[in-house]
Amino acid sequence: MEPKPIDNAAPDYIHAEKGLRSWLTTTDHKRIGLLYLGSILVFFLFAVGLGLLIRLELFAPGEQIMTNDGYNRVITLHGIAMIFLFIIPGIPAVFGNFLLPIQIGANDVMFPRLNLMSWYFYIGGGIFALCSVIIGGVDTGWTFYIPYSSDTSTNVFLPIMAAFILGWSSILTGLNFIATVHRMRAPGMKWFRMPLFVWSLYATAWIQILATPVVGITLILILLERMLGIGIFDPGQGGDPILFQHLFWIYSHPAVYIMVLPAMGVVSEVISVFCRKVIFGYKFVAYSSLAIAGIGSLVWAHHMFTSGMADVARVVFSLLTFIVAIPSAVKVFNWLATMYKGSIRVEPPFLFALAFIFLFSIGGFTGLLQGALSTDIHLHDTAFIVAHFHYTMLGGGGVMFFAAMYHWFPKMFGRMYNKKVAVTGWALFFVGFNCLYFPLFLAGLFGMPRRYADYLPEYTVYHRTSTIGSWIMVTGILLLVGNLLHAFFKGRKAEANPWGGSTLEWTIASPPPTHQFAEIPEITGGPYEYPDEVEGPDEVKDE
Amino acid sequence: MDQNTAEHHIVPIRVYVWVWVGLIALTGVTVGAKYADLNHMAIFAAILIATVKSTLVLLYFMHIRFEKPIFTVMILVLLLTYGIFIGLTFTDYSYR
Amino acid sequence: MSDKGTARNDASRAEGADASSATGADSHHVPGVVYDPVAVKIGMWLFLFTELLLFGTLFIVYGVYLHDFNWQFRLGSAALSIPIGTVNTVILLTSSLTMALSIAALQRADKKRSIGLMWITILFALAFLVIKSFEWAGKFEHGVYPGSDHLLELTKGENVFYGLYFTMTGLHALHVIIGIGLILFAMKRVAGERTTPERPLLLENTGLYWHLVDLIWIFLFPLFYLIS
Repeated sequence: MEPKPIDNAAPDYIHAEKGLRSWLTTTDHKRIGLLYLGSILVFFLFAVGLGLLIRLELFAPGEQIMTNDGYNRVITLHGIAMIFLFIIPGIPAVFGNFLLPIQIGANDVMFPRLNLMSWYFYIGGGIFALCSVIIGGVDTGWTFYIPYSSDTSTNVFLPIMAAFILGWSSILTGLNFIATVHRMRAPGMKWFRMPLFVWSLYATAWIQILATPVVGITLILILLERMLGIGIFDPGQGGDPILFQHLFWIYSHPAVYIMVLPAMGVVSEVISVFCRKVIFGYKFVAYSSLAIAGIGSLVWAHHMFTSGMADVARVVFSLLTFIVAIPSAVKVFNWLATMYKGSIRVEPPFLFALAFIFLFSIGGFTGLLQGALSTDIHLHDTAFIVAHFHYTMLGGGGVMFFAAMYHWFPKMFGRMYNKKVAVTGWALFFVGFNCLYFPLFLAGLFGMPRRYADYLPEYTVYHRTSTIGSWIMVTGILLLVGNLLHAFFKGRKAEANPWGGSTLEWTIASPPPTHQFAEIPEITGGPYEYPDEVEGPDEVKDE
Repeated sequence: MDQNTAEHHIVPIRVYVWVWVGLIALTGVTVGAKYADLNHMAIFAAILIATVKSTLVLLYFMHIRFEKPIFTVMILVLLLTYGIFIGLTFTDYSYR
Repeated sequence: MSDKGTARNDASRAEGADASSATGADSHHVPGVVYDPVAVKIGMWLFLFTELLLFGTLFIVYGVYLHDFNWQFRLGSAALSIPIGTVNTVILLTSSLTMALSIAALQRADKKRSIGLMWITILFALAFLVIKSFEWAGKFEHGVYPGSDHLLELTKGENVFYGLYFTMTGLHALHVIIGIGLILFAMKRVAGERTTPERPLLLENTGLYWHLVDLIWIFLFPLFYLIS
C-alpha cells in the first residue's frame, strides 16, 4: 500500500481546534474516541474501587466494612459499572471509533453526528448510574432478576434507565460501524483486505444491533411491573420468572462477545505487528469472528441450567455451548501459528496479547466445565463462575483494552511511554490477577457461593489470598494508567510508525491530522504485508 | 459510486394501489378465517396471512423489491436471528 | 443519474446543508465524503431492525404465554371488539398507502400533492389514536386496566393477556405518535424544499418508519383480536 504524502502543515486533530466547546461539539471520530477514553477510564477506576471494597469485605468471615445489604449494593454497582460502562463500550467506542475509519481508508464514520450522540448517551447513562449510587444503590445484582427486582425497595428505576440509555449508545455505535464498513472502504479495500480488527468490530456491531433491543424492552417490562403492576413475569399474576431470564440472557450472553470479539481483533493486530508476519489463516480468523457472533447468540440459556427449564432445552443449550468454543479455538491456533517462525519483538502490547491467550484460555476451558450440565449443577452460583467470567472478561477483554492503549498510544498522542514501567505494571497486573481469581475457582469448587458477603472459616485462605491479589493487581493497574498519563504530558515524541505496523493507521502522522487522508488511498494489497528488504522499524530509545 | 436506488426506479402509482387492495383483501380473509372455526390452526392461519401482508408491505411500500440485494440479505439475517430466538426459547416451553 | 467518476471528487456536494443531514458530514469539506443515500438507508434499516426486535421480544412473550394459557388467551381475545380492530387495521393500511403515495408524489416533483398526502396520513393516524383511546376507555370502565383489582380476579392467563394487550398496543400507540411527529417534520422539510426529488431521503426514511408502525399492527391485530 502506497501511503499518500502526509500534509505536514495540517495541525493534528488534538490541536486543530481549541477549547472545551470544540471537544463537546466535535464530530471528528478521533476526538470522540478520546472523549470515550477519558470517560470510560473514569468509570473503570470507579468500578475498580468498588471491586477493592468487595475484596476488603471478603478478607475475613463476618462483617468487615459493610453490612450484607450494603454488600449487595456494592456488587450490583460493580457489575453494572464494569459491564455497561467499561467492558461493553470499551474497545469499540474508544479504539473502534478512532481506528476503524483509518484502517479502511476513510476520513470518518458514516454518521459523525450520530457518533457524538452515542457518546452523550454514554454520559447520560453514566450519570443515571451515579445518581443511583447517591440514592443508596440497588441490591438486585446486575442481572435484575425478577421477582426480586420488582419487589425490592431499593431504587431500580435509575440503574435500569442507565442500562437502557447505555444500550442505545451501543446500538448507535454498531449502526455507524456497519454502515461505515459497507460503504466507506477505500477503493481496493475489499472485504478480505480489511484488518482483522475491523472484521471483529463488524461482527460485534451486528450483535449490538440485534441483541441489545431485546434486553432494552425486557428492562422496561420490569419498570412496568413496578410502576403499573403489569405482571408479565410475576408468578402471582401468571407470569414466568424464567421467561425474564431467557430474554435477559438473549442479550447478556451475546454481550460477552461484544466484549471479547473486539479484544480478539486487537490480538490479531498486535500479534501480526510484533511477529512481523501476516496472520496465519486470515480468512479463518475473519470468518471465526462472524461465527462467534452467530453461534454466541444461540447459547444464552446456559446461564439458566438450574432455573427450572425443560430438559430438552438444557441439552440443546449445552451442546450449542460446546460448539461455540470452536471458533475461539480456531483463533488461538491461528495466533500461535502466526508466532511460529515469526520475527518476534517483545514490546508491551505483545505482552498483553500473550497474557490474553493464557488468561482467556483458562476462562474458556472453565466455561466448558460450566457448559456441561452435570458439573454446572455443582458450579452454578458459586465463586467458580465469578472466577470464570473475570478470566474471560477482565483477563480477556480488559487486558486487551490495556493492550490497545499501549499499542495505539503513540499513534493517538504522538508520544511514547516508559516501557520499563509498562512491563512492571503488566507483571504486577498478571501476577495479581491470577492471585486474585484463581483461588476463587477452588473456593467455588469447594462450595463457596457467589454474591455472599460472609462465609464459613474453611474458605478464608482462598479469600485472603484473593484479596491480597486484588491489591497487587490494582497496583499494576494504577501503574499502567499512570504511566500513560505521564507519557501524555511528558512522553518522548513518537514517530508515525514506532512498531513497524503495516495497517493504514501507521502510514499517517502521530498524532494524525483532523482529516487523515488528504487523498483517499488506493489499496492494492492485504493488511499484513511486511516488506522483507526494509530494515526494522525505527527504534524508540527506552527511557 | 452506484446510485442505483429506488429514486431512479419510479414505482407506478397503480402498483401501490394494487398492493393496498391486496392488503385490505387479506385483512378480510384474516377476519373471515376467525369465523371459519379452525381451532388450533387459527393461530397458524393468522400468522401466515400476517406474514403475507407484511411481505407485501416490505417489498412494495418499503421498496425492498427495488433496492440493492444487501438490504434483502440484512433482513434475512434479522429474520433468521429472530426465528432462532423464538425457536430456542420454545425448546424450553414446549417441553415443560 | 449519477456519474461514478465525479461523485467521489465532487466536494461541493458534501457542502450543502441537505448533504450534511444525509451523510452527517461537517459543513466543511471532508475528502472522500459524498452524498450516499444507500448508506443512509442502511442506517435507517438497521434502526428499524432494533424496533422490530423490540416488538419482536414482546411477541415472544406473547407466544410463550399463548402456549401456557391457550384458552384463557382466547377468552381475553373474545372480549376485544373485532369491528373496532378491523377498522383500525384498515385505517393504518390506508395510511401506509397515502404515505407511499406521498413519496411517489415527491418523486414526481409534485410538492403540493406530497404534502397533502402527508396531511391525510396524519389524519388517519389521529383517527387510529382516537379509536384506540375509546377502546381503552371502554376497558377501563369495565375495570380492566393495569394493576386493577378486577384483573386479579380473572384467570391468570387473562391477566397476562390484558397486561400484554395494554403494553403492546400502548407501545405501538406511542410509536404512532412519534410517527406523526416525524411526518410533520418531513412535511416542513418538503415545504421548505430542503427535501426534494433529488434528495428525498428524509421523506423516504419517514415513510419507512411509518410502514414499520403498520407492520407491527399487522401482527398485533390478529394475535389479539382474532384468536377466540
